[in-house]
Amino acid sequence: MKNKALKKILVIGSGPIVIGQAAEFDYAGVQACRALSEEKIEVVLVNSNPATIMTDEKIASKVYIEPLTVECLSEIIKKERPQGLIATLGGQTALNLACELDKTGILKEYDVKILGTDIDSIKKAEDRELFKNLMQEINEPVPESEIVSTYDDALKFKERIGFPIIIRPAFTLGGSGGGIARNEEEYDLIVHTGLAQSPINQVLVEKSIAGFKEIEYEVIRDKNDTCITICNMENIDPIGIHTGDSFVVAPSQTLTNNEFQMLRSSAVKIIRALKIEGGCNVQFALDTVSNQYYVIEVNPRVSRSSALASKATGYPIAKISTKIAIGYTLDEIKNSITGTTAAFEPALDYVVVKIPKWPFDKFSSGDRILGTKMKATGEIMAIGRTFNSAFKKAVTSLEERFCGLLNRGFEKLENNELLKELSIQDDRRIFRLAQALFNGNDVDMLHQITKIDNWFIEKIKEIVDFSIALTKEILDKDLYLKAKEMGFLDEEIIKLTNASKETLESFNTEVSFKIVDTCACEFSAKTPYFYSAYGEKCELENYKDEAKENIVVLGSGPIRIGQGIEFDYCSVHASMELTNQGFEAVMINSNPETLSTDFDIATRLYFEPMNIENVVNIIKKEKPKGVLVQFGGQTAINLAEKLDALGIKILGTSLNSINAVEDRNVFEKLLEELNIPQPKGVAVKSIPEALSAAKELNYPVLVRPSYVIGGRGMQVVYNDDELLTYIKEAFKFSNEHPVLIDQYLEGQEVELDAVTDGHDILIPGICEHIERAGVHSGDSMSIYPSQNISRKNEKILVNYATKIARRLNIKGLMNIQFIIKDDKVYVIEVNPRASRTVPIMSKVTGIDMVEIAIRAILGKSIRRAGYGVGLYKKSNLVSVKMPVFSWQKLNRIDPALAPEMKSTGEVLGIEKTYKKALYKAFLAGGYKFSSSKQRVLVSLNDHCKQQALPMVKRLFKQGFFIMATWGTHKFLEKNAIPSKMIEKFMIDKLQKRMKDGRLSFIINTPTTGKNSQNAGFQIRTIAQIYGVPSFTSIDTASAFLKAYKVFDKKTPLEYDTITNYRKKKFLDFIR
Amino acid sequence: MGTLILQDGTVIKGNSKGAIGGYEGEIVFNTSMAGYQEILTDPSYAKQIIVMTYPEIGNYGINDTDFEADKPNLVAMIAKNFCAHESHYKSKKNITYYFKENNIIALDNIDTRSLVRKIREFGTMSAFITSNDVDEDFIKQKIKQIQKFKTNSTLLNEVTCKKKYKYNSTGKIKLAFLDYGAKQGIIQALAKRDCAVTVFPADSTAQEILDRGYDAVFLSNGPGDPADYKYQIEEIKKMMGKIPIFGICLGYQLLALASGAQTYKLKYGHRGANHPVINLENNKVMMTSQNHGYAVKTDTLAKYVRPTYKNLNDDTLEGFEISSMDVYAVQFHPEAKPGPTDASIIFDEWTNLMKRNLKNVKEVEYEKQSS
Repeated sequence: MKNKALKKILVIGSGPIVIGQAAEFDYAGVQACRALSEEKIEVVLVNSNPATIMTDEKIASKVYIEPLTVECLSEIIKKERPQGLIATLGGQTALNLACELDKTGILKEYDVKILGTDIDSIKKAEDRELFKNLMQEINEPVPESEIVSTYDDALKFKERIGFPIIIRPAFTLGGSGGGIARNEEEYDLIVHTGLAQSPINQVLVEKSIAGFKEIEYEVIRDKNDTCITICNMENIDPIGIHTGDSFVVAPSQTLTNNEFQMLRSSAVKIIRALKIEGGCNVQFALDTVSNQYYVIEVNPRVSRSSALASKATGYPIAKISTKIAIGYTLDEIKNSITGTTAAFEPALDYVVVKIPKWPFDKFSSGDRILGTKMKATGEIMAIGRTFNSAFKKAVTSLEERFCGLLNRGFEKLENNELLKELSIQDDRRIFRLAQALFNGNDVDMLHQITKIDNWFIEKIKEIVDFSIALTKEILDKDLYLKAKEMGFLDEEIIKLTNASKETLESFNTEVSFKIVDTCACEFSAKTPYFYSAYGEKCELENYKDEAKENIVVLGSGPIRIGQGIEFDYCSVHASMELTNQGFEAVMINSNPETLSTDFDIATRLYFEPMNIENVVNIIKKEKPKGVLVQFGGQTAINLAEKLDALGIKILGTSLNSINAVEDRNVFEKLLEELNIPQPKGVAVKSIPEALSAAKELNYPVLVRPSYVIGGRGMQVVYNDDELLTYIKEAFKFSNEHPVLIDQYLEGQEVELDAVTDGHDILIPGICEHIERAGVHSGDSMSIYPSQNISRKNEKILVNYATKIARRLNIKGLMNIQFIIKDDKVYVIEVNPRASRTVPIMSKVTGIDMVEIAIRAILGKSIRRAGYGVGLYKKSNLVSVKMPVFSWQKLNRIDPALAPEMKSTGEVLGIEKTYKKALYKAFLAGGYKFSSSKQRVLVSLNDHCKQQALPMVKRLFKQGFFIMATWGTHKFLEKNAIPSKMIEKFMIDKLQKRMKDGRLSFIINTPTTGKNSQNAGFQIRTIAQIYGVPSFTSIDTASAFLKAYKVFDKKTPLEYDTITNYRKKKFLDFIR
Repeated sequence: MGTLILQDGTVIKGNSKGAIGGYEGEIVFNTSMAGYQEILTDPSYAKQIIVMTYPEIGNYGINDTDFEADKPNLVAMIAKNFCAHESHYKSKKNITYYFKENNIIALDNIDTRSLVRKIREFGTMSAFITSNDVDEDFIKQKIKQIQKFKTNSTLLNEVTCKKKYKYNSTGKIKLAFLDYGAKQGIIQALAKRDCAVTVFPADSTAQEILDRGYDAVFLSNGPGDPADYKYQIEEIKKMMGKIPIFGICLGYQLLALASGAQTYKLKYGHRGANHPVINLENNKVMMTSQNHGYAVKTDTLAKYVRPTYKNLNDDTLEGFEISSMDVYAVQFHPEAKPGPTDASIIFDEWTNLMKRNLKNVKEVEYEKQSS
């Protein structure tokens, strides 16, 4: 039974989104908070990530958006006095923090119990040596391995075992810093990197069993020792590629019952031995020609895999884990989908395929090779009645330009070259494999090269063979149905058969929707979710209330750089408000990590690709009042035109208005008409046009494609040569749309989010960026409320926003970006949709923007929302948003800030004053401050030397020792700032300094662009490895120095809930 | 194109992937996601048409080791898709080849989910399945015919062993094992725990077992309606109290009937690898493998019969014991095959109980000579 003593529980979130720790923990955290609220337990939530749904005041009773540090959590514990702490739902971050808190003794002092899995169990699972010992005790095989703390010990192991060897650093998330070494050189690099990145300077070196099948089990145990496995999953890619980077199928496809149960029993034995109470993930390697298996890894917490398993089965692992943590046993908990017991194992009558979403389309210079270090930013999941349909749908869900397996560019390769490339393990391998099958290569041979099980290769061959058949046979109703059953899109069928759209329509083949019900139809389901199928009976009728109107919310698909969790926040809020307003909310999304795809968020959830055909199929069945496209980021907006063309009603801002801001010429004219200044710019469709445009505008100019996410392909260029380099890429990203060439204004960048009904406009607040224009807004630090904008300019901003909103009759959310240069306000961008900053603005101002937007869209006036119109009064708090990057996961990518977005997540520092908020933001972002001042490397390009002078002076004054490169040194000398000159980047020496912690940070403003040969790039890259901050913008560096001052003065910080921060205003006023 | 005709008049077409022909049977579904080879050869499925709810069946082919009996006893198997290109190092043949070899009708490309829903809502039905495309008249006639379909006591003759045999004769526990259509998995699990198993045909008498001084009797699983097996129930009655008796599935149902309880037909049975069963003594839950269409009515149990296990899905009785008579029985399958092996501890518990009753060596010797 429930532990009745628990009245207040502390839940630790996972912090900013980084590769390896993404939206899945928001999903898990929200489930936990809701499960606790159900039990009338007060939830104290701490997370530094403001874009999450869990940091919404509707989710937890007390929300602290504060740095995830031991100091901060200790203060919160002292203040809140919770009886319990749940650490297993906030990823590796929360787990590590709980261990540290335990070490400091604060938990004991304040009598805070670790709920669910206890610290000892966590340590046993996480500490390689303890884990290995435990596995030996219970007779479970682990690959030969050794924990080493020095390279010498690692060498000894190598002598004994030989290559290849896997290196896994202890206590890092997503296997960061690990890899497979095939020779001494690789071994040297990876072991050293791993030792540096592990917080306890330990790595595990392990005999490589690459080529084994990789199988995972999600297991749950309660205090009564009842254990169940929710699901097993098979990686299509064999051992050697991180499971987060693997194509995964659920349930396992190639395991016999004996193998399935052998591994299940082992997983159960392990979770029992570890005494875990809650969810746990166990990863196995299974030989392909014998019963031999190894236990690879155990995660004593919910994970990305458990989120996937939850979505794949309908079993809410995080929720059930939470109930177990507060004392329930499995038999006391209900399965909310069917109403039967939660103590059961889901049965699937469909196949689930997961494919990772990698950022390589964005980082074309990046190292695409996949290994033990995860590189994907997000993932998609597809459900189908057969493997083939699930697989095809999954590929569609990637939202790439091509939806098929073929014609990905590999058809141009000679077959022998293709086969050579096939041994490369990267993100495109599956498409090479498909091409190799198309070329007629033998399945066994392809298996020898890829080690992918023949079963999967045969399945892909079925799809490839079928696409060949489509090009040859006459398309009739039967063949068409077969194609649809296999997951082919009409678009692809038309391309392959040359049939007309009318022909396809004449077949009258109707899509049906099947349900995920956890039990393979054995029991009736109350809250299932849907996926499409062909040639089968539709189950939707039983779940649709025909008396109620419904509205479709389009989600944002997989998490990628530039389109993150903030859009899930918006989609979820939209869905909730629609239900409040008496509508049935229909959610469509393909992302298994997020809350929007939880079974009970929307009235009905469709787990489908965010492709026009799939979306329209749903709309045809649902017959909604309309579709909301403004909450699902660019993914949803990009569907607007096609939906509108089919006569589907888009609610809120009209398609014309959406197009007006995306179409350069229309937009330009519009601003002219409204008398709003804008940087001069030209839309071009060819390279000669681009060159002459640049000439006319004068360099530097900003090159950007239209209709893209996160400034993809965007760059400031200073001359013709640079323009020519970037323009090609820009055209590629733009598809059929033109590329924009703008005059580049280096001024103060300002941003606002507004909600409008087309007449009145409510602006919760104005944000000001710390970095000057030229850095993508997603990558710049931004301050609310603005600190340096005059009253006069504020009024102008509001006036411009109002004019634009009225003129375009915007209904719902809108985001506008401005530049203020020489006291003149320019509009640079209008987004007629939810933006990245909507969750932040909602939280810091207390105005639920999405809720009001939904009401406005449904015809209610903004005036009635109760916040007035125009610019809302400023909060007394100051918040600083800080971007967070995942450099350590991605090789060969220049960490320099640029107009193209590179960050994966963000944190928010909130305090009463700007400086303290700034300090908190850096703390939350993981920056370390130390009272022993070390050296700082300064290297400035000519363009910014003068601008940097005040900052460098401050650097010197604050007690840092400056090392400068030749040009910078000469410049500083002239300005009487002492510095030590270093030879043109002595990379080795610097590396050693960084390694030994004798270099505090680096200020390096880049010379031109993405040249990976240049020394600056190399230094920045090495700095990433050792976690040494490197600032490429003078403004960020300045801000860091300001924060350092707060640290130096030992100014005490306050930690409080977001609610109290906002309220303080009144208290302060009374005082 | 093959055809499935259900008792309620439903006609479903599918691709014929198995033997040629047509049979009557009872249509049931199984929700296991792996283990089709064990299901194919489980004798409890005699005269049944099995719908696999998991859509991809046959992925790892048919191997030499995962059989539960020498031959399959089911009539037909239905799935969304039977795998054309299996892949596993142990695989010897494709599943459709096995169907043809063993005269099993198999249909795929069927909307199994809708079919299962029909069975769930209507209850277990009788059906006719054929590898042929058939016309309206045929269907009309068949529907009438299958209404009358019912198995009877002769079913056991088809699945039991023809004559007595021994398995692991060196075991310390001398166990008489009544084969009502036993799964190999049960016999193997007992042998592994030091049982010398003498397997008797289903029509063996109580006397011939009691006469030979076994340490215990084991009643196996099997097909059909337990209430049909009057003869077996009578023989069990004769043994109760005289020798420890253990039973699984049909064996459990027969023991219940012999002790005076009643059985009834479940609407659509329990067939799958995910059935939660709670131990009424310690409240621990096990995931069990199940395959039964009948259940024991809890409220008809005699006072001296103690319920030991309960199904958490529908609260049906899953186990009982009569300690005064050393009778122990469970409805589910501790041998799994297919399914989770959580419940295998029951074999440990039972064989420990059997060891308590070991006869002296002399009698064991006698047993050896007499066989």
